[in-house]
Amino acid sequence: MNNIEEFRHNIREWLEENCPISMRGLMPADEMVWGGRDIEFQSDDQRLWFERMRDKGWFCPSWPVEYGGGGLSPEETTVLETEMRKLRCRPPQINLGIWMLGPVLLEFGSEEQKRELLPPMARGEIRWCQGFSEPNAGSDLASLQTAARLDGDDLVVNGTKIWTSYGDKSDWMYALVRTGPKEPKHAGISLIVLDMKSSGVTPTPIDLISGKSSFCQVFFDDVRVPKTQLIGEINEGWALAKELLGHERRAMSKFSEISLPTHFSLLETLFAYLPEPQEHSDIALFQRAMALRMDEHAFELTQRRLNETARKRQDITAMASIQKLVHSEQEKNKFEVLLDVMGRRALGWDGSAFSDQQLALTNTWLNAFSQAIAGGTSEVQLNVISKRVLGLPQGK
Amino acid sequence: MSLVYNEEQQQLDDSAREFLAARSPVSEQRRIRDQQLAEGFDASVWQQILEFGWGGIALPEAYGGLEFGFQGFAPVFEHMGRNLTAAPLLSSIVLCASLIDDVGTQAQRAELLPALIEGQQRFALATQGKDRFHPEHLDVEVSEQVDGFVLGGEDLWVPDAQHADALLVAGRMSSGETALFLVPADTQGLEIEPLHLLDSRNHARVSLHAVQLPASARIGTGDAQAQLERALDRGAACVAAELLGATAVMFAMTIEYLKTRTQFGAAIGSFQALQHRAAWMMVDLELARSAVMAGFEALNDDACSAQHRQQMVSLAKWKAGEAAHKISREAVQMHGGIGVTDEYDLGLYLKRSRVAQVLFGDSDFHCERYGRMAQQLFAETH
Repeated sequence: MNNIEEFRHNIREWLEENCPISMRGLMPADEMVWGGRDIEFQSDDQRLWFERMRDKGWFCPSWPVEYGGGGLSPEETTVLETEMRKLRCRPPQINLGIWMLGPVLLEFGSEEQKRELLPPMARGEIRWCQGFSEPNAGSDLASLQTAARLDGDDLVVNGTKIWTSYGDKSDWMYALVRTGPKEPKHAGISLIVLDMKSSGVTPTPIDLISGKSSFCQVFFDDVRVPKTQLIGEINEGWALAKELLGHERRAMSKFSEISLPTHFSLLETLFAYLPEPQEHSDIALFQRAMALRMDEHAFELTQRRLNETARKRQDITAMASIQKLVHSEQEKNKFEVLLDVMGRRALGWDGSAFSDQQLALTNTWLNAFSQAIAGGTSEVQLNVISKRVLGLPQGK
Repeated sequence: MSLVYNEEQQQLDDSAREFLAARSPVSEQRRIRDQQLAEGFDASVWQQILEFGWGGIALPEAYGGLEFGFQGFAPVFEHMGRNLTAAPLLSSIVLCASLIDDVGTQAQRAELLPALIEGQQRFALATQGKDRFHPEHLDVEVSEQVDGFVLGGEDLWVPDAQHADALLVAGRMSSGETALFLVPADTQGLEIEPLHLLDSRNHARVSLHAVQLPASARIGTGDAQAQLERALDRGAACVAAELLGATAVMFAMTIEYLKTRTQFGAAIGSFQALQHRAAWMMVDLELARSAVMAGFEALNDDACSAQHRQQMVSLAKWKAGEAAHKISREAVQMHGGIGVTDEYDLGLYLKRSRVAQVLFGDSDFHCERYGRMAQQLFAETH
């Protein structure tokens, strides 16, 4: 048995022994564990699973041990992830810091920042949120205006961030701020981290067309942030932001993988409501739904092909670039056709006339709109594909 | 099992790319069209294809095959699509030889397969004449006689039938069973008329006027419907791979054109109205490739159930057809005037793609069949 196979064997044994049975299989949204100061467990199993993984350093298995990680090689990390998938282990916690800020800190943070910020992150003690978008800086993120003015040893932050997920529940934020108001727009941006308990920070939840949401608008009123909390050099935050956004795309796909409760199977719903279409219009609708299912199936196969291609160390640029675009557009299409399939039963807002399942599906349809907007709109994705992948020239 | 080429497929991919680009580029297909060659293909290219051993890719070693497995055809047909190569590989090998291998007696396989693999014989498969594809309908009626069979059927569409040595005909027995017959081209009552289609290839209208056959003309015994449908699935997958190749070329030509054609003082590819459409074309092409590879994967797997195979082949043909349809349309439109001239190769790709979209079932057929199979498989597991 070679080393990696031995490692795989040991991991599997460890997971089988240490991952409680109730922590395997589908995870409803309200059973996710969010690491942070105010961490809450709904069961002993949740706590056990959290603590066991934490003590191994496996919230972030590939990080160096001195920063609280598991110290695994890329190959070993893949083995751990694969074995967890096979046993259908739930993620022990969800933490944006680990997925997005962590990798950037590892690469660009000062030694002091790494020692201070990474270990608590790796132990799941701090819940992080992201302060990027602003009311007037969406797709054109680099036009952001939240200002950070140098004053002694502090940066003084004024302005507002929007679409901050769980801004009201997070402990710390990483944010892009304008430190160079006179510089060209990309050259005046810095990346900072700040405590959400700082004086002058006000998060306000936003209601969406689907109802309550995790999104917040966060207002900054003369918030003092120590200069030591600037990541990288001043005015050089844009390059770090691009790194972070790369991690965000990966994290979002990971997120959609584990957030199973909002997953509605097109076929299951179709067969439940239209098991034997007889009328011409029903047959046409059935066929229309089926065509969408086929496109979805072809996309699932593309994800499989992407993984297989990556394993062979061949070029995956094109396949990787379409993931977010196709997923979010297909979700919209799927829910629209399912609304048609369900007819009146898809129109409920609340009340006992509708099943929880029906209400949830309608709500998820409304949520699907956000998916094609958040994390880079579909139009931005198309821009990226046409320029970076197809090499089409920049417009004037 | 994989959606990415294994070593043997990679080798076939390399040799097909090199050989077809050198010996059978699009200009050759234009020449064949302009000279109106009745066979619709270049005999020397076909000979070399056979010498490469492509005829034996999926056939047993005992009869001179290579036993690479059916997946080997994916790269070969993709490159035939890229170069618009016309050759009877689909008709004589993928359809007829594989079907004889599945259905034929030991003696029939030993006699016929080596001759097909080496090209001493060339067959074409005659199944149906309906305007739209329905594999369960057969348009040839068989009446059993004391010493043989009489076959009757009109107006069948048979690719590569002109100058074939024999036709493999699927007919309906009075019992309702499907049976296969080998009908030599010179058999009395067999009528093979040229059929000029958009793609300028070898197509024929075939009629059987009370064709009398000896008992020995029947290939194999028992009902061959399941094997016939499997053979048609193989055909559909190969045509899907061909469509994938042709579509990839139309896409590449268009991207190149967007970068070089200037209007209003700029490359037209700098206009966002075209950029976003181009990006969507790439999405369709990537999804089509995954679907086609999965279709071959299912056909390569002997343990795959008929339902799952039909579902996956339908997905492959449907998605390749959809991608070909959308991308060919966009390719012509984005090329503007040059796109509708005969001089430019795009039109040749458009025309062949349109024929290939119809062969072995169009998008509507495959969408319906995919749904039927999905529903059956769903019922089994729920």
